[in-house]
Amino acid sequence: MARVALFVPCYIDQVYPQVAIATIELLQKLGLDVVYPTNQTCCGQPIGNAGYECELNDVAHRFIDQFEEFDAVISPSGSCVHFVKAQYSFINQSDSVKHVRNHIYELCDYLTNILNIKNFNTRFPHRVGIHYSCHSLRGLDSGKPSEIIGEDYSNIQSLLETVQDLTLVHPERKDECCGFGGTFSVDESAVSVKMGQDRCGDFENLDAEYITSTDMSCLMHLDGILKQANSKTQVIHVAEILNQTVTS
Amino acid sequence: MHHPVAAEKFIQDTPRVNWHNKAVWYVREKRDKAAQDIPEWEQLRDYASAIKTDTISKLDKYLIEFEQRAIENGIKIHWAKDADTHNKIVHGILDTHQSRLVVKSKSMLTEECGLNPYLEAKGIEVVDTDLGERVIQFAKEDPSHIVMPAIHKKKEEIGELFYEHLETEKGNDDPNYLTEAARHHLRKKFLKADAAITGVNFAIAETGGFVVVTNEGNADMGVNLTPLHIASMGIEKIIPKAEHLGVFLRLLARSATGQPITTYTSHFHKPREGAQLHVVIVDNGRSRQLGQEDFRRSLHCIRCGACMNTCPVYRRSGGHSYGYSVPGPIGSILSPNMDPEKHASLPFASTLCGSCSAVCPVKIDVDKQLYKWRQVITEKGFAPNKKTLTIRLGKFAFSHPLTFRIFGSLSRKAGRIFPKKLLNTFFTKWTTGRDLPDLPKKSFRDWYLKNGIDSHD
Ligand code: SF4
Repeated sequence: MARVALFVPCYIDQVYPQVAIATIELLQKLGLDVVYPTNQTCCGQPIGNAGYECELNDVAHRFIDQFEEFDAVISPSGSCVHFVKAQYSFINQSDSVKHVRNHIYELCDYLTNILNIKNFNTRFPHRVGIHYSCHSLRGLDSGKPSEIIGEDYSNIQSLLETVQDLTLVHPERKDECCGFGGTFSVDESAVSVKMGQDRCGDFENLDAEYITSTDMSCLMHLDGILKQANSKTQVIHVAEILNQTVTS
Repeated sequence: MHHPVAAEKFIQDTPRVNWHNKAVWYVREKRDKAAQDIPEWEQLRDYASAIKTDTISKLDKYLIEFEQRAIENGIKIHWAKDADTHNKIVHGILDTHQSRLVVKSKSMLTEECGLNPYLEAKGIEVVDTDLGERVIQFAKEDPSHIVMPAIHKKKEEIGELFYEHLETEKGNDDPNYLTEAARHHLRKKFLKADAAITGVNFAIAETGGFVVVTNEGNADMGVNLTPLHIASMGIEKIIPKAEHLGVFLRLLARSATGQPITTYTSHFHKPREGAQLHVVIVDNGRSRQLGQEDFRRSLHCIRCGACMNTCPVYRRSGGHSYGYSVPGPIGSILSPNMDPEKHASLPFASTLCGSCSAVCPVKIDVDKQLYKWRQVITEKGFAPNKKTLTIRLGKFAFSHPLTFRIFGSLSRKAGRIFPKKLLNTFFTKWTTGRDLPDLPKKSFRDWYLKNGIDSHD
């Protein structure tokens, strides 16, 4: 059986442990042998995006060391996965590096493309809007971005469509960025907050009870905005929805 | 002014930002509809990108071919290594013809070179004949968009400007009325002008001719009514063959405004009888860009503006916040090549959402280049955020600062202590508009170790 590792980005480990717990429980329910390498830290994305890739050598090597022995690395964060896949070209491309970069997956992509899951026996009786993580969507091809002309598909949407009693709501601007952008959220805080407010509005106007995503970082930013505005809309990571148990 | 500062100013006027966001997004939607009508859209983008890749890999050859053919056609060719040389050449030609009034159709290159102020200082009147450009010329502003230069102006403001400059009725902002007034005003200028300047959208190596597209026909009015036509082009405007035009024209109009074809697509191959036709071919940093593998593909750009319309940051910060003749995502990867220190904040004015790259008709990897420019700018020591905590905070930005406990726990891993003052700056920047997340008692790692799952150390 495939041995898979769980990669939990630093902020999820510290701030949103329930997301990582949902992810590991979900994978275990599906019969996977999941290991969480406990010496992992961060993939280095915030530093790289801030322009300091040159300081990331150790971080990247450490990351690879933690994960090279596994058949696959799964993470509940599309943007961190994208960073490893797309940007880890600054370190020497050894076989281990190549292996990890080729076998790291965002959770929904793994469920859809590798495990080929067509149905989730779960129930979530709520109005839910999908906020597309730009890095999942445009970086990992986990769906068709609105700019591209062609047949529509979306891994996260296909999975959520199988959840009982879940009503999906669809904002007009299907995949507008939330404005988080890592260090952008503080370097360009005015634009970042405005983008986030607009994005929250897209879902609030549709009476969404929840905004869900493959990326907790987008949701952290949106959550901060929703809370400050005392909104009724909440955020929930897709792993938490998929990991709901059916109660009849 | 750095982008975040200018953007914050723009954002203060919420109704205006919302209006701007909507107006620009509307053009993106029109583009989507037009592109969806073409089943082979993605294939066209592939072709366009492949043609451009080939072209810029043999740019010298194609430029020389173009020059030879153009000269055979009777066109006079000039080469300008930079903006200043360009302006001198243009002025020199105008001077020889004793031209005093020049009508100019839209050309982002002349904006880049600062041609208008240069000529005006020499006593030559330059009239921008594109309606949007004329509006901002009246307002003494820079264009805020490369296709819709006055997109930031509301119609009431245009009514006011026309009242001042064209003596239209005060308070009348009916677009048809204002357009009609502009038309009359421009006709007079066209009739009086003694030279016309245009840009170049595509210069065809094989024929030595070039194509200019406009929606208002103003380029044609100018060049057909005056005895002197000067066309300025960047070295990247070359395409190898006339048959390639089919690919680019289909992509350009749809990407720019959602039209199936631009209203006027004018082909120029030789001077009119009794008139002169000059083409000024300008480098101005382009060959330096060409020499950098990571940034070379920015020269594919056909200036359609789609990356601006789609950019969530541009729509909310306005074109002027970029402080460069080409704003938005493409401007943010072109400007650092001109002056990495002055434009240091631009590659950071993006969430790296990648919408620009996905919309770009010639498939420029804009977001990847933004990321790469960030590395270059940091290396050169120009990083706009170097004084803030963001970097030092770096990889733990959103878990570290939250509580002393977490701070402590992660610092162990990081082996690094962040100064408290920096953390405070971070807090304020985050909490203006956003709450901090509630903190859990335990980290996931704590949970994992405790819940008896085989640990892997
Ligand atoms: S970068 Fe692409 S989308 Fe942007 S203006 Fe140039 S061609 Fe158009």
